[in-house]
Amino acid sequence: MKWDEFFVTGDPLIYGADVSIALTTVGILFYLTYFKKWKWLWTEWITTVDHKKLGIMYIAAAVLMMFRGGVDALLMRVQLATPDAKFLDSQHYNEIFTTHGTIMIIFMAMPFLIGLINVVIPLQIGARDVAFPYLNAVSFWTFFIGAMLFNISFVIGGSPSAGWTSYMPLAGNELSPGPGQNYYLLGLQIAGIGTLLTGINFLVTILKMRAPGMTLFRMPMFTWSALVTMVIIVFAFPILTIALALMTFDRLFGAHFFTLQGAGMDMLWANLFWLWGHPEVYIVILPAFGMFSEIISAFSRKTLFGYKAMVWAMVIIAAYSFMVWVHHFFTMGSGALVNSVFSITTMIIGIPTGIKIFNWLFTMYKGRISFTTPMLWSLGFIINFVIGGVTGVMLAMAAADYQYHNTYFLIAHFHYVLIGGTVYACFAGLIYWYPKMFGHRLNERIGKWVFWLFNIGFNVCFFPQFLLGFDGMPRRVYTYSAASGWGPLNMVSTIGGFVMGLAFLLFVYCLYYSFRYAKREVAGDPWGVGRTLEWATTSTVPPHYNFAVIPTVTGLDPVETFRNQKIDTKPKLADLKPIHMPDYSGVPFVMAVFFFIAGFGLVFEWYWMGIVGLIGVFITMIIRSFDRNEGFYVGLEEIKETERINE
Amino acid sequence: MAHEEVHDHDTPLEYRTETTRLNILGFWIFLGAEIALFSTLFATYMALMYRTGSGPSPTELFELKGVLIETFLLLTSSFTCGIAIHESRRQNRKGIFIWMIITLLLGAGFLVFEIKEFIEYVHEGATIGTSAYWSAFFTIVGTHGLHVTIGIFWIILILIQVARRGLTPQTSSKVFISSLYWHFLDVVWIFILTAVYLTGMVLR
Repeated sequence: MKWDEFFVTGDPLIYGADVSIALTTVGILFYLTYFKKWKWLWTEWITTVDHKKLGIMYIAAAVLMMFRGGVDALLMRVQLATPDAKFLDSQHYNEIFTTHGTIMIIFMAMPFLIGLINVVIPLQIGARDVAFPYLNAVSFWTFFIGAMLFNISFVIGGSPSAGWTSYMPLAGNELSPGPGQNYYLLGLQIAGIGTLLTGINFLVTILKMRAPGMTLFRMPMFTWSALVTMVIIVFAFPILTIALALMTFDRLFGAHFFTLQGAGMDMLWANLFWLWGHPEVYIVILPAFGMFSEIISAFSRKTLFGYKAMVWAMVIIAAYSFMVWVHHFFTMGSGALVNSVFSITTMIIGIPTGIKIFNWLFTMYKGRISFTTPMLWSLGFIINFVIGGVTGVMLAMAAADYQYHNTYFLIAHFHYVLIGGTVYACFAGLIYWYPKMFGHRLNERIGKWVFWLFNIGFNVCFFPQFLLGFDGMPRRVYTYSAASGWGPLNMVSTIGGFVMGLAFLLFVYCLYYSFRYAKREVAGDPWGVGRTLEWATTSTVPPHYNFAVIPTVTGLDPVETFRNQKIDTKPKLADLKPIHMPDYSGVPFVMAVFFFIAGFGLVFEWYWMGIVGLIGVFITMIIRSFDRNEGFYVGLEEIKETERINE
Repeated sequence: MAHEEVHDHDTPLEYRTETTRLNILGFWIFLGAEIALFSTLFATYMALMYRTGSGPSPTELFELKGVLIETFLLLTSSFTCGIAIHESRRQNRKGIFIWMIITLLLGAGFLVFEIKEFIEYVHEGATIGTSAYWSAFFTIVGTHGLHVTIGIFWIILILIQVARRGLTPQTSSKVFISSLYWHFLDVVWIFILTAVYLTGMVLR
C-alpha cells in the first residue's frame, strides 16, 4: 500500500481537517508539557477507577463527538441548502452521513448517557463506587479507543460510506472496497465490548449496592431507568457483537453470511442489525426518561406522579423493544401478516410512553414550578417528543409506511425523538448535575439563551423536513434538481441547523464563563430542591468515597424527607470508620491501546498487527488476573479533614 | 469491609466476602449475555441451514463417530469439573488440582477431535468461504471451540494462583466462576449437537 492510499488525499476539506488535527495535537502536547501536566493527567485521570471521574471523561468525549457529528451534519446541510450544489461530491456525502449517524448514536448519545449514569447512579443509591470499578475503567477506555479508531478513518484510509445501518450487499467488498467499512466494523466492535461490560457492571451495582432501606420500589426513577437500560444492553449488545463479527468474516475471510454469492442472505444482516438496533434506541431514550422524571419532580417540588406506573411502563417498553424490529423494513418484502404483527407491537409501545408523558404532566399539575434551565429543557422535551412520538405511530402503520419510508419524513421523525428526547436530556442532566461534578452551577442567563436558540433552531431545522418528506424527497441523496421544488424548505432547514450550531458554541462559552465567574457552591444541594441521595453528600463535589457514612433510606425522596424533618445528615465522629477503596490502575488504558493496535491491523488486513494487538490484550488480562488488587483504606484523619469534622 | 463479616462454617469460601459475591453475580449476568450471543449464532445457523449453494451438504460430510467422541469427552469433563468444585468446598487443594487437570485434559481431547474434524472438512472442500451454510457451521462450532480454548488457558492461570496463594475467598471464587463457565460451554455443546449435527444428519 502506497502512502497516498494510506492517507486520504485530494479533497481540500480533508487537508483542512489534517491541518487542524495536527495543530490541535501539537497544542495539547505543548500545554501538557509546558504546564507539567503529564503526571497529573496520568495519576488523576488515565489511571482512575473513580466512577465520577470516569463519568466526566465519558461526557467530555461525548461532547467532543457531538462537535464532530455536528460538523458532519452542517456539511450535509450546506450541500442540501440549494439544488444541484457542488459543495460535496456523492461519495464524500455518503461518507459524511454514515459517520454522522454512527457517531451520534454510538459515540455521542450512548456515552453521554452512560457518563451521566456513571456520575449519578452510585451517588443516588448511596454506594461508594460501582460493583467493579476496574471494569468500569476498561469500559471507558474500550469505548474511547473504539471511537478514536472510527474517527481517524476520514484522514487515514477513508471513511465508511454504506450508512450507519450498513445494509448488505452495499457494505460488502464489491460495493464498498477499501478499509472504510472495516473501520465501522472494528470501531463498533471494540466500543461494544465496553458497553456490554457497563451493562453488567451497573446491573450488579444497582441490584446489590443500594443504601440500607432502599428497596427496589424506593429507588429514584433515574436509577430505575438505568437498571432497565442495563438489562436491554446485556441482551442486545451480544447480537451486535455477532452481527459485526459475521460481516467482518464476510469482508476479511471470504465468508458468505450476507453476500449475494455462495447462497448468502443479505436480509439476515438487516434483521440482526435491527434486532440490536431497535433495543438500542430504547437504550438511548430510557435514561433520558429517567432524568426528566428527576428534574420535573424536583423543580415542581412534588413527588413524581404515578411512580409505579412509570416503572412498569419502562419494563414494558424494554420487553417490547425486542419485538418491533421489522418495522424498520416494512417495505423489504416481509409480507402482509408479518408486517401487521410488527405494526401492532410497534403501536403498543405508544401506550406506556403515553402513560409516562401524562405522568410528567400530572407531576407538574399544582406544583410550584421553577423555570430553571434543566426544567426548560424538560418542558421542551415533552412538546418535541410528542411530535416525534405521534409521527412514529404514523410510521408504524405498515400500509402507510410505504409512503413515508426512505423519505425526509422519517428523518424528521427520528430526529424529533433522538434530539428532542436524548439530546435534550443530555443538556438537562448535565446542567442539573453539573455542580456534583465541578462544584459550581452553569450560568442560568446564558443557559436560557442556549435553550431558546437550540429549541428554535431545532424546530426550524427539522419541522420542514416532515413537509419535504410528504413532498417525496428521499433520504440519503446528495443533491436534487431545482424542478423538484424542494429548494426553499431545504434552505430553511439549513438555517435552523446553523442556529443549533450557534447554540452549541454558546453552550461551550457558557461552560467557560461559568468556570471563570460562577459562585462556588459548598453545600451538598445547590439547587435547594434535590430529592434523592446524590444531594445528601456533605459537599457539592463528593469526595472520592462519596459518603462518609452511608445514609439510611426510609421512603421515596429521602433528601426531601431530611429537609422537611430537619434531619442533620452531617456525619458524626462516632460513626466514622476507615473506608475501603479500590486501587487506581493503568492497565485498562494499556489494554485499550492494544485493542487499538489490533483493530487498526484488522482494518487494513495486516494480520500480523492484529495478532500482536490481541496478544497484548490477553497479556494485560493476565496481568490483571495475577494482580492481588487489595485496594486501600481511607483513614479517619482524611475523612475528618474532608468532612470538616472537629473533635 | 470483608473482615468484619461473620459466617457459619457451611458458607463456601467464595461467598464469604462482598467482592467475591459481587463477582459471582456479575459472572452469572455475563453468562446471560453469552446466551444471547450463542442464540444469535443459532438463529443465524438455522436461517442458513439449507443454503449450501454449490458446495457439499453436511449429510455428505458429517460422521457420527467423531462427534460422539467429542460429546463424550466434553460431557465427562463437565462431571469432573463438578467434582473439582466439590473438592474446593471441602477446601482440599490437591483434589482441586487432580480433578481440574483431568477436566482440562478432557477439554484438550475435545479440541483435538474438533480440529481433526475441521481439517477433514477442509480437505473435502468445505471451508468458511464455500457457502453460507459452511460459513455458519464453522462460525458457530468454532466460536464454541474458541471458548473452550480460552477456558483451558484461563483455568491453568487460576490453578497457578491456587498453587501460589492457597485457597482464599478470592482464589476459590475464581475456581468457582471458571467452573460456571465450563458447565455453560457444556450446555452450549448439547445444543450444537442437537441443532447442528443431529439435525444436519437427519432433517436433510
